[in-house]
Amino acid sequence: MNNGKFEPRIIAFLCNWCTYTAADAAGVARMEQPANVDIIRVMCTGRIEPMFILKAFAEGADGVIVSGCHPPGDCHYNNGNFKTFRRMPLVEALLSQFGIDGARFHWGWISGAEAPLWARLTRDFTENVRALGPLDWKRQKASKED
Amino acid sequence: MADNQKLKLALYWAASCGGCEIAIVELREKILVIDQIADIVFWPVAVDAKYKDVEAMPDQHIDVCLFNGAIRTSENEHMAHLLRKKAKILVAFGSCAHEGCIPGLANLNDRQSIFDYAYLESPSVDNPDRVVPQPTNQMPEGEINIPKFYNTVKTLAQVEDVDYFVPGCPPQAPQIWSVIEAIVAGTLPAKGSVVGANEKTVCDECKYERNEKKVKKFYRIHEILPDRVHCLFDQGIICAGPATRGGCGALCTKVDIPCRGCYSGAPHVVDQGAALLSAVASVVDADTEEEARRIISEISDPIGTFYRFGLPNSLLHRSRLEKEQGGKS
Repeated sequence: MNNGKFEPRIIAFLCNWCTYTAADAAGVARMEQPANVDIIRVMCTGRIEPMFILKAFAEGADGVIVSGCHPPGDCHYNNGNFKTFRRMPLVEALLSQFGIDGARFHWGWISGAEAPLWARLTRDFTENVRALGPLDWKRQKASKED
Repeated sequence: MADNQKLKLALYWAASCGGCEIAIVELREKILVIDQIADIVFWPVAVDAKYKDVEAMPDQHIDVCLFNGAIRTSENEHMAHLLRKKAKILVAFGSCAHEGCIPGLANLNDRQSIFDYAYLESPSVDNPDRVVPQPTNQMPEGEINIPKFYNTVKTLAQVEDVDYFVPGCPPQAPQIWSVIEAIVAGTLPAKGSVVGANEKTVCDECKYERNEKKVKKFYRIHEILPDRVHCLFDQGIICAGPATRGGCGALCTKVDIPCRGCYSGAPHVVDQGAALLSAVASVVDADTEEEARRIISEISDPIGTFYRFGLPNSLLHRSRLEKEQGGKS
């Protein structure tokens, strides 16, 4: 991946039933997607603790995506996505207070039938994060003097 | 200095408010028992011993050092290294040494902005010559030095190897006593343990009746008079109890004030603030994104609310040092 360009590391937490299925379909259909996005499959976005997102940034992610089933009715577990839309706005506010640009964190909904949307999200999000440059939280933590 | 039979005890304060020293005094008459079993070889607030006296001690001379306060300056860090060398057991005593505590909230700023505000911009400052402290200064008598003020507040464990952690702002006297008893009896648990607290959350010790939580509106404590039966969280007051380690006896909720989280994250919680954020957001009674955003937007200071005592010890430690170009923040 080294062509002199900054290659961001992006972690995507996807729910098994909707967005992961979309990502799978996008791959099968050979849709163009950057290699920067590492997918972590979870059973439900309601399972995603805010701590997962903070830990991703703390350990070197330049961007984080959370995506699951459209509310209100798509959730495999009826209302797991309700937990997500209650939590994520607060996570957004928290990250902004930590000085992490809003463009580094995306959360939303992509159903299993929306593979092209997923492919486009990965391309757009990666370019936005690339434009912001490295977050490099690990280096900030490791710095000795200050 | 010390009779060989007696425990050699040291206490030190780094970046702290002095509340941890008061907590020791709060042991009341048991202080006399401490005097019988231990010699206090170093305690700047109460005993006349200087840094050079500590430097003159052989290594491992002190049996137990209770170190309170966060690491804010190079002096704090120097003393952390020195006391680690001189003490057999180094204890991070109180929330500041354990987690950074209130001084740690300064990690939302950096040295420059703190100095600018404290010495130049604050309305109560009169500083026409714009004098700001420098680590070294040339005077007619020669060069003088003051400790360097760091950009980032750190916990004791972030600069030194720590044996035990005593949480609390301040640690409660009965818990301090139980730790001292464990030291004397030699029944301290494995190195790295949190002592002087329990393995449950504050809710376990809380008097309130808990029901299913459904919150339509969050209140700050001056905005509501809570009833004295139902869980404060159920009533829309953000209470750190569910994310906080028990052991304090739920002192704050006993007087109808929500827990602020000073006893550190509950056991097995990686990041207290994230755990509390998750707990708070999950009880929002909203069926649409817009409603959820509206209810949550009433929480004006997420870091100050969720990380009031633990920012330096959290996953992200501090706000970003270089602000992003074109960023929203």
